[in-house]
Amino acid sequence: MTDPLLRVVDLKTYYRTSAGLVRAVDGVSFEVYKDETFCVVGESGCGKSTLALSIIRLVPYPGEIVGGKIIYRGTDLLKLPESEMRKIRGKEIAMIFQNPMNSLNPVFTIGFQIAEPPVIHFNMDGRSAWRRAVELIGKVRMPDPEVRARNYPHVLSGGMRQRSMIAMMISCEPKLLLADEPTTSVDVTVQAQLLNLLMNIKRERRMSMVLITHNFGLVAEVCNRVAVMYAGKIVELGPVREVFRNPVHPYTRGLMKCLPIGTKRKEQLYVIPGQPPNLIEPPPGCRFHPRCPHAMEKCKKEEPPLTEVEPNHYVACYLRR
Amino acid sequence: MTVEGLRKYFPVKKGFFKKPDWIRAVDDVTFQVFKGETLGIVGESGSGKTTLAKLILRLIDPTTGKIYFDGTDIVGVSKKELRKYRRRMGIVFQDPSASLNPRMSIEETLRRPLIVHGIKDREEVRRRVLDILQKVGLGKEHMKKYPHQLSGGQQQRVAIARAIILNPDLVVLDEPTSSLDVSIQAQILNLLVKLQHDLNLTYIFISHDLLTVRYVSDRIAVMYLGKLVEIAEADELFYNAKHPYTATLLSAAPIPNPEVRYVKRFSLVRGEPPSPINPPPGCRFHPRCPYAISRCRTKEPVLKDVGGGHYVACHRAEELDLSEYTSGLWKIITESRVS
Ligand SMILES: Nc1ncnc2c1ncn2[C@@H]1O[C@H](COP(=O)(O)OP(=O)(O)OP(=O)(O)O)[C@@H](O)[C@H]1O
Ligand SMILES: Nc1ncnc2c1ncn2[C@@H]1O[C@H](COP(=O)(O)OP(=O)(O)O)[C@@H](O)[C@H]1O
Ligand code: SF4
Ligand code: SF4
Ligand SMILES: [Mg+2]
Ligand SMILES: [Mg+2]
Repeated sequence: MTDPLLRVVDLKTYYRTSAGLVRAVDGVSFEVYKDETFCVVGESGCGKSTLALSIIRLVPYPGEIVGGKIIYRGTDLLKLPESEMRKIRGKEIAMIFQNPMNSLNPVFTIGFQIAEPPVIHFNMDGRSAWRRAVELIGKVRMPDPEVRARNYPHVLSGGMRQRSMIAMMISCEPKLLLADEPTTSVDVTVQAQLLNLLMNIKRERRMSMVLITHNFGLVAEVCNRVAVMYAGKIVELGPVREVFRNPVHPYTRGLMKCLPIGTKRKEQLYVIPGQPPNLIEPPPGCRFHPRCPHAMEKCKKEEPPLTEVEPNHYVACYLRR
Repeated sequence: MTVEGLRKYFPVKKGFFKKPDWIRAVDDVTFQVFKGETLGIVGESGSGKTTLAKLILRLIDPTTGKIYFDGTDIVGVSKKELRKYRRRMGIVFQDPSASLNPRMSIEETLRRPLIVHGIKDREEVRRRVLDILQKVGLGKEHMKKYPHQLSGGQQQRVAIARAIILNPDLVVLDEPTSSLDVSIQAQILNLLVKLQHDLNLTYIFISHDLLTVRYVSDRIAVMYLGKLVEIAEADELFYNAKHPYTATLLSAAPIPNPEVRYVKRFSLVRGEPPSPINPPPGCRFHPRCPYAISRCRTKEPVLKDVGGGHYVACHRAEELDLSEYTSGLWKIITESRVS
C-alpha cells in the first residue's frame, strides 16, 4: 500500500462532565488509504461518533481532544488554526450524520444548501453553483431534480433527506467521506439504495470513506478493512474477509457468535455476559476482562497492546501470545 | 386469536372545508395466531405494524373488523368484559426508557398491574413481584431502583416482567430488541424464548430486523402499506418467498458475511415507499414491482393459499421464481457459524 490519506495516531478525546472524565476515545490509532472503505464497528457508547467528530475537529462541548495526531495528507490537523480547518471541512473531508435533519437547515431549500459550499470554497458563481446542485440532485437519483432543488428539507422523506445530504457532501469533491451511521434511521430497502449510491459515488470520484456502524451486516457488505471498537479502544483491526473468517479478539468473536444466524429457530444463542462498561472508570488492564471467558490474571492488570497476529491483522489480546 | 377484515383508517385534515383524506394504516387484514406460537410481523416503517398491535390489544378502536380472542369477538364487548381479556394480553414496546415511568421504582411499576386487576394482598403482591423479577433474570436488589439506574437491557427485562406478571396468554412485542446493542439483544432473545417455553406464551413479534424475526418466529407475516402480502412458516418464507415485496426485503438485508457480497441482490429494490394516504390502485406494490403486469395496476390481489399454509397476495405468485434474490441470505442463516 502507498502512503495513507489519513493517519490517526494515539488519539484521545475526553468529555469533562460533572460525573467525571468520560474517556470516549482513549488512544486510538489507524490509517485510511486512498480509495478504501474503512469501517469502525462497535456497540453504542464505545466512542465511534466521537472518533469521527474528532477527525474533523467538531467535538462538542464539554469534549476536548487531549492528545494524539490526525495526519491528513502529511499535515497534522490538530496543529492547524480553526481558520485553516474550515477550509478542510467540506472541501477535503466531509461528514454525513445519522440524522440528516441535524445538518440540513430547515429554512433553506436543499438546492441552495447544495449550491452553497462550492460558492464558499471555490468562489463559484451562484448560477453555475445552482446548475451544479440540480445536477448533483439527479446524481443522487432523486426524481425531478429541478423540482426537488426548490424543496425545503421537511417535505422530503427520510431517504430523500439522506440523499440530499450526500449531494451536499460531495458538492466540493472531498477526498475523504466520514459517514456516521448514515442508514440507521432509514428502512432496509432505502438503506440498500443509499449504500449502493454511496459506493458508486465513492468509486466514481475515487474517494476514501470511513463508515461508522454498529451493524456487522453493513461492515461485511461494503468494507475493505474494519476496526472493532470496545470502550474507547480499537480491539481488533484487519481486512474485512480476514476478520470475519478468523476473528481473534474474544469480543469480536462474541459479537459474531451472538447474531441470530447459523442457528435453528429458538435455539439458545451465545451471549456475552454483562454489559459495556462506563467510560468514566473503565476496568483496569484489558477493558473487556470482566466479560471475557478467557480472562487471566495479567488481563486485569496490564493493558494488551494492538499487535499484528497475521499480516495486516491486529488484535489487542494476550490470548494468542 | 383470529383477526378478520381488520381496518384502521386515520383522518388527515387538509383544510377546514375539505373532506378529510384517510390514512389506511391497516386495511382489511385477516390472519390467525395459534396458541403457543410466535407470529412474526415484518414490514417497513409506516406499513401499519404498530397500529395492528394496538388494535389487537384493543388500545385503539378498529374502523371495521373482528378480533376473536378464544372464540369471543372482543371488538363488540363491554368495557367490563374487555378488562377480563386485557388481563390475558401483555405488551412490550421498543424503547424501554420511554415506556417505563421514570418516577416509579421497579417494584411500583410491577405492582401496578396487579393492583389494577384487584390483587390487593400485600404478601401475595410482593411474592409475585419477586417471582417475576427472578423469571426475567433480575433480583430483589433491583426492586427499589428507578429506571435511570438500570441499563437498557435491564430496563427491557423490567418491561417484559410487567407484560407477563398477570400470566397472560398473548404477549405483543413491538420491536423489543431494536434499541438494544447486539450483545444485549441476544440476552433478551434467549429470555423471550425461555419464557415462552416455560409459561406457554403466545407471541406476536414485530420487527424490521429480518434475521431476528426469523430466529424467534414460527410463522411470519409480511406487511406492505397496511396490507398483509404474505404469510408462511418462518423458514419457508425465507427459503421460498413468493411475493416480490418479500423478496425485495430479503434481498435488501445486509448479510454479515463478506463472502456473499457479490451475489445478485440489490437489483430488486426500486422506488420509494409511497404514501399510505392515497395508495396505488390494484396491487399496492405495483409501482415498485419489477414483475408488474397490466392486471396488477387495476385488480387488487387477495391472499391465496399456495400450499402448506403459505399464503400470498400476488397475481403472479405461482409462476415467479425469486430464489436468486434470497438464496444468499438463506445460505448465511443456515450455514454461517463462528466456532
Ligand atoms: N456531549 C457529550 N457530553 C458528555 N458525554 C458524551 C457526549 N457525547 C458523547 N459522550 C459520551 O462519550 C461516550 C462515547 O460516545 P459516542 O457518542 O461517541 O459513542 P457511539 O459509539 O458513537 O454511540 P452511539 O452508537 O450511541 O451513537 C459515551 O459514553 C457517551 O455517553
Ligand atoms: N394516531 C395516528 N394518527 C394519524 N396517523 C397515524 C396514527 N398512528 C399511525 N398513523 C399512521 O399510520 C401509518 C402506520 O403507522 P404505524 O402503525 O405506526 O406503522 P409502523 O409501526 O409500521 O411504523 C403511518 O402512515 C402513520 O403515520
Ligand atoms: S486480554 Fe485477556 S481479558 Fe482481554 S480479551 Fe484477551 S483474554 Fe480476554
Ligand atoms: S400482484 Fe403484480 S405488482 Fe403486485 S407483487 Fe404481484 S406481480 Fe408485483
Ligand atoms: Mg454514534
Ligand atoms: Mg412501529
